[in-house]
Amino acid sequence: MRRSVSIAGLAAALVLGIGLWGTGQKGSVTSAQEKMSTMEVKIDNFNFGPVTLTVPVGTTVTWTNRDDIPHTVVSTDDPKTFKSKVLDTDEKFSFTFSKAGTYPYFCSIHPKMTGKVIVQ
Amino acid sequence: MSEKKKDQLLHDHNHDGIDRRGFLKCMAWTGTGAFCVMKGGVLNSYSLSRISEISTSDMMGELSFVQISDSHMGFNKPANPDVAGTLKAAVEKINGLSAAPEFMLHTGDISHLSKPEEFDTVGQILKGAKPKDVFYVPGEHDVLNDDGKQFLERYGKGSKGAGWYSFDKKGVHFIGLVNVMNLKAGGLGTLGHEQLEWMEDDVKLLKHSTPIVVFAHIPLWSVYPEWGWGTEDSAQALAYLKKFGSVTVLNGHIHQTMQKVEGNVTFHTAASTAFPQPQPGKADSAGPMKVPAEQLRSVLGITDVNYVQSQHALAVVDSSLA
Repeated sequence: MRRSVSIAGLAAALVLGIGLWGTGQKGSVTSAQEKMSTMEVKIDNFNFGPVTLTVPVGTTVTWTNRDDIPHTVVSTDDPKTFKSKVLDTDEKFSFTFSKAGTYPYFCSIHPKMTGKVIVQ
Repeated sequence: MSEKKKDQLLHDHNHDGIDRRGFLKCMAWTGTGAFCVMKGGVLNSYSLSRISEISTSDMMGELSFVQISDSHMGFNKPANPDVAGTLKAAVEKINGLSAAPEFMLHTGDISHLSKPEEFDTVGQILKGAKPKDVFYVPGEHDVLNDDGKQFLERYGKGSKGAGWYSFDKKGVHFIGLVNVMNLKAGGLGTLGHEQLEWMEDDVKLLKHSTPIVVFAHIPLWSVYPEWGWGTEDSAQALAYLKKFGSVTVLNGHIHQTMQKVEGNVTFHTAASTAFPQPQPGKADSAGPMKVPAEQLRSVLGITDVNYVQSQHALAVVDSSLA
């Protein structure tokens, strides 16, 4: 009697647990997807941070200029995949990467500033 | 103490009347305020604080002009919230020079964001300067958004390509170069084939005794490549000038004065009238350097250049706004 109760209890706990885990899992997948759909690059001190960013296809990358000097975000390919206008302090530029590939870019005003987005 | 510092021509190794060692010593003094003049083959230097004691004839050449640079009109961050005010102070300094300069060179970054009102403001402020003629070359901040179209419309009359040109004043040949277009990722300043070919042609028929002044925004020598302070193809440009006895290269971009003498070429960079930048490698990046407000004007400045006709070198004097 006790054994069956405890087994039932265990089974119930298991089902409950799996149910909760399932919910939890679904919840974390959603937030992970949300997190991955927008990625940030900070521009500061004549640097792109992070220098190399790896993202899944479909991600929107947003560059924010935190420097006290204007910068641009320009891909090095030709024709250019993306090219921002001049970003003064606190201005942003976003681009959604719909195709996989490697996208090197630089600041056209200060060409020594370079970065890369790898889209997988 | 009333004696003036004075050096005579001591070493004339190349037999061309230029005491390069003495000139170098003199150039080292310009940072702390020395006025050097070549007269009759003799290099004389005078402490800037004693300049009022020197006779005008000793000080003057047949041609004098002023270089200003990096006014960055539109910049308003803590490093200098009033770049219009400091540009006005530079104009006052120019108007206060005992030998009124004939014209001005602006070596670029006139504006901060290539906005029309920024260019307009600089024009208005410079109208208050005694020298009415101003010759410009663009900085990278002047050619944003439109590949330099606005710069050409405003300042490019008579120029070729992206705005390069040359002119003569009292026997001195001036060459304005553009090295801020088509910058490549990871690269330095660049002149490009078309401009180099034009320059080769431009100087081909000049006599070797013609003094040359080249002005461009980014330094034409490798000041600090890590921060982009150099021009990739400047060696080619300088090769075209090898035959000349006196070449002076005036640049901006790095917001501090620096000079270097290499053979017949004197390189000089000007201070900004807007904000200083750190010395090479002395900071994380080349960005605007904040100094205590009361020190700001002492790190901004103008450059006064004097030329004595038939002599070899130009006298280049930096003075701060403080």
